[in-house]
Amino acid sequence: MSVLPYLKPTVRARLGRLASYAVGVVVLLLVVVFTDWAHIQKVFLNPNVAAQMWPTILTVALKNTLIYTITSFILGSILAVLLAILKITGGPLGWAAAAFIELFRGIPALLTIFTAAYVIPIAFGFQIPGGGPGAGILALTIVTGAYAAEIVRAGIQAVSPGQSEAARSLGMTSGQTMFWVVLPQAMRIVIPPMTNEFVMLLKDTSLLYVAGFAVSEKELTTYGQDALSTTGNATPLVMVALAYLIVTLPLTWLVGRLEKRLDPKR
Amino acid sequence: MSNLFPDLQSEAPPVVIADLHKSFGDNEVLKGIDLTVQFGEVVCVIGPSGSGKSTLLRCVNLLEKPTKGSIQLLGADMTDPDVELNQVRTHVGMVFQSFNLFPNMTALGNCVIAQRQVLKRSRSEAIEIAKKNLELVGLGDRMDYHPAKLSGGQQQRVAIARALSMDPKVMLFDEPTAALDPELVGDVLAVMRDLAEAGMTMIVVTHEMLFARDVSDRTIFMDGGVIVEEGPSVDLITAPSEKRTQVFLKRVLDPTHIEDSELGETEPD
Repeated sequence: MSVLPYLKPTVRARLGRLASYAVGVVVLLLVVVFTDWAHIQKVFLNPNVAAQMWPTILTVALKNTLIYTITSFILGSILAVLLAILKITGGPLGWAAAAFIELFRGIPALLTIFTAAYVIPIAFGFQIPGGGPGAGILALTIVTGAYAAEIVRAGIQAVSPGQSEAARSLGMTSGQTMFWVVLPQAMRIVIPPMTNEFVMLLKDTSLLYVAGFAVSEKELTTYGQDALSTTGNATPLVMVALAYLIVTLPLTWLVGRLEKRLDPKR
Repeated sequence: MSNLFPDLQSEAPPVVIADLHKSFGDNEVLKGIDLTVQFGEVVCVIGPSGSGKSTLLRCVNLLEKPTKGSIQLLGADMTDPDVELNQVRTHVGMVFQSFNLFPNMTALGNCVIAQRQVLKRSRSEAIEIAKKNLELVGLGDRMDYHPAKLSGGQQQRVAIARALSMDPKVMLFDEPTAALDPELVGDVLAVMRDLAEAGMTMIVVTHEMLFARDVSDRTIFMDGGVIVEEGPSVDLITAPSEKRTQVFLKRVLDPTHIEDSELGETEPD
């Protein structure tokens, strides 16, 4: 052991890595040996329970999740662009937009959904059309709009000021400049953070249960929880997790390709 | 090119600037500029960096808002809040140091967009005019390229074609060759020379002294926010009368040459 202090740092690092691998392998072996695999399979990966969920997990639950997500995302993105432009423009409307953004970024989405579903009807005697899902989509639109507004604002401001100057020097109005020159370039910049926003929104639809659903309106997580309690088995949760992943994983891949396609330096 | 702009000859001066001041915070960049440009005239503005020459140009079409003074552009008082700036800018082309092409559009798209949106030309007419101007600047074979696929010189020529597609009565050039590799400068200057010879009214902020001497009618030397000297280009470049102009031109035309008398001198601000 007396050579140890004289070892090169790279050699020591290699020894350290080997040691940690060894520990990892030992832990893995212990887990494999001592785990009750039959029990785990029965509780989490039960084929009978999984078969019962087929095909409603896709035709009802996943479909509803996608409808809620995509609708709120589209409406929320439009709201985000409006809020971002107002905030950049400034003035009283800019202040109002900033306040709106700070309010709905600052409170939990669950509270916003609850407010849309119950507080507004009680306070104003006005039921948001579409029942539980309608109120939920409205709330998620507002939440997404508030979050994405900051993304869009950063995207707009990342476009070189020279672009606006060139457009204005051609006689384009500020609106035309925004629509034809700045926003298309800002969109390319915001694709990665907006993808992130979409994935977060997809998972936030699991909060919509507080708004109340009819059976045919249930989204993935509510559906999974119901199946969990009726079957007394955890397999539905694994299935639901897989259902979320079959949306998010291809999405990430698609967006990566889209980004490459939109790259002006391609 | 023969005279492409015959209808513009006998009108009142398109650019009349009087007592123009511009400050950024406490920093006064322009300290009272008077400048009149006649139709068909080519005016070069030279001077050391920080002299205010780019700011002057950007004030002409009100990309910068003047602090004080008046700017008559094509008969419109640009400092009057009731004047529709977009309307006036439509007739004034501008070319920037950093090209500022729209990267999300092809060369042709860059030349079409404002024709469609601002002048409300039909698609076919706008494309026809854009093609004509891209051919004029020697890029007939690059119309479908995006800016990122073009060299700096080609991008700047697209920028000129984009401005020309609006049928401008005046062209403003803000150091159009300053960002270019030296071997690409010639193509852009050649296009500008053609324009000048075709009778276009041009204000050119530039460091290209030979272009100023050979192409422009009049050259203005600016330093410290004021016009130090102006006159016929050949006279001003070859035989400047002001000391500051002489020192500047000597430095620019012969950067490695330092006179003994200069060594002890303090820099002109």
